[in-house]
Amino acid sequence: MIAIVDYGAGNISSVKKALEHLGANAQVTSDPSVIAAAEKIVMPGVGHFSRCQLLNEQLRMPVLSAIKSDKPFLGICVGMQWLFAGSTEAPETPGAAIFAGECSRFPASVKSPHVGWNQLEVRSGSRLLKGVNSGTFVYYTHSYCAPVIDETTACTNYGGAFSAAVERDNVFGVQFHPEKSAEAGLKVLENFCAL
Amino acid sequence: MLSEPPSHVLPGTQGLAKRIIACLDVDAGRVVKGIQFQQLRDAGDPAELAIAHASAGADEIVLLDITATSDGREPLIETVRRAARDLFVPFTVGGGIRTLEDAARIFDAGADKVSINSAALATPALIGEIAGRFGSQAVIVAIDARRGTESTEDAEVYVSGGRTATGKKALEWAHEAEERGAGEILLTSMDRDGTGLGFDCELTSAIASSVSIPVIASGGAGSAQHFVEVFSAGKADAALAASIFHFGTHAVADLKQTLLRTGIPMRWPC
Repeated sequence: MIAIVDYGAGNISSVKKALEHLGANAQVTSDPSVIAAAEKIVMPGVGHFSRCQLLNEQLRMPVLSAIKSDKPFLGICVGMQWLFAGSTEAPETPGAAIFAGECSRFPASVKSPHVGWNQLEVRSGSRLLKGVNSGTFVYYTHSYCAPVIDETTACTNYGGAFSAAVERDNVFGVQFHPEKSAEAGLKVLENFCAL
Repeated sequence: MLSEPPSHVLPGTQGLAKRIIACLDVDAGRVVKGIQFQQLRDAGDPAELAIAHASAGADEIVLLDITATSDGREPLIETVRRAARDLFVPFTVGGGIRTLEDAARIFDAGADKVSINSAALATPALIGEIAGRFGSQAVIVAIDARRGTESTEDAEVYVSGGRTATGKKALEWAHEAEERGAGEILLTSMDRDGTGLGFDCELTSAIASSVSIPVIASGGAGSAQHFVEVFSAGKADAALAASIFHFGTHAVADLKQTLLRTGIPMRWPC
């Protein structure tokens, strides 16, 4: 069973729908015991980074202990940003600091939010992006983005390069929305389900 | 799957693509105009058409219940649910959404965004309420504007499918919608809608330049050249059309190829 962590950050039915389309058994939950019992964890999230405050208050420990127990974990959009130290969008709300660096707003030289289909520049060796080539378009909708770090497995350029995907051991994050990125997105979710 | 375009139009690093959005106008659960997909069992079924458009290359799907507001009834939740089930591109639903609870039901049925028009004008706080709960990215404020021969500053907002004038200026309303938390503006030119004479590029550009959120242009698409114009002179981030996709499943792919050749970034292959 894949637990989809619900912490009140937007609409997550489309993530469940996509996982079920791929044949996975997915359950939306904010129950620590369900998270503890799950084989894999997906944490979506849209909107303001301050939404992670609720996550920190109620589910931080169950989620972090699931990650420590080597369960595959996928953060999507704000769910990925939470894996970093934090975001300038809500400086008082800490992230999990599994990845180094802080998320920040796009530079004023480009329109914000970044909405629509943009291309991936894939670095080799990613398990999550296996079979997804550089140049592939994926769907984004966000105003803040994560820096490019050692664990970055794909970048996208929009006012400079940002982390489209990060990966270390059992922890994965994507800034784009795989559930809304047509075939390419389903491939990413399929790779996650197959881990 | 579609064939590759000639190599000279193959995108290298072209960046954020302009979006082609297919719109399904639904009346009493049936798609009422604009599409002929030969292979469909039921050519008027919104769910089948939504998936057909997505497979044909549309970057997003918008389903508008065009009589929901005027008839005073709810959008068709079951239609939304069926359409959303196998759709893996962004999916917007509009028509008859008056309250946060209406929007919540639409999201629960599988939509990613709601488009609000009359209700946003009647109760502007609704924009912030939906954005507060579901995020700004989930709220499109649709503006139906008419200006006749007037300047873009004088374009006026209409409601109820263009039947009722509001006295509001389109530019001011777009700005207010952004301030209140809208994630995108869907601008329909009532002057051009249904004419096939091309988008109102001047008005689209005026609004796109005055807000920082994406602007989706609508109304008047009749040829590929009209899309070229609205993405260049019109500064639109996306363009929406219904009846231009009359011509079969490859229409979107053909349109994208034409746009790629003129240097407009498009998602490809699609």
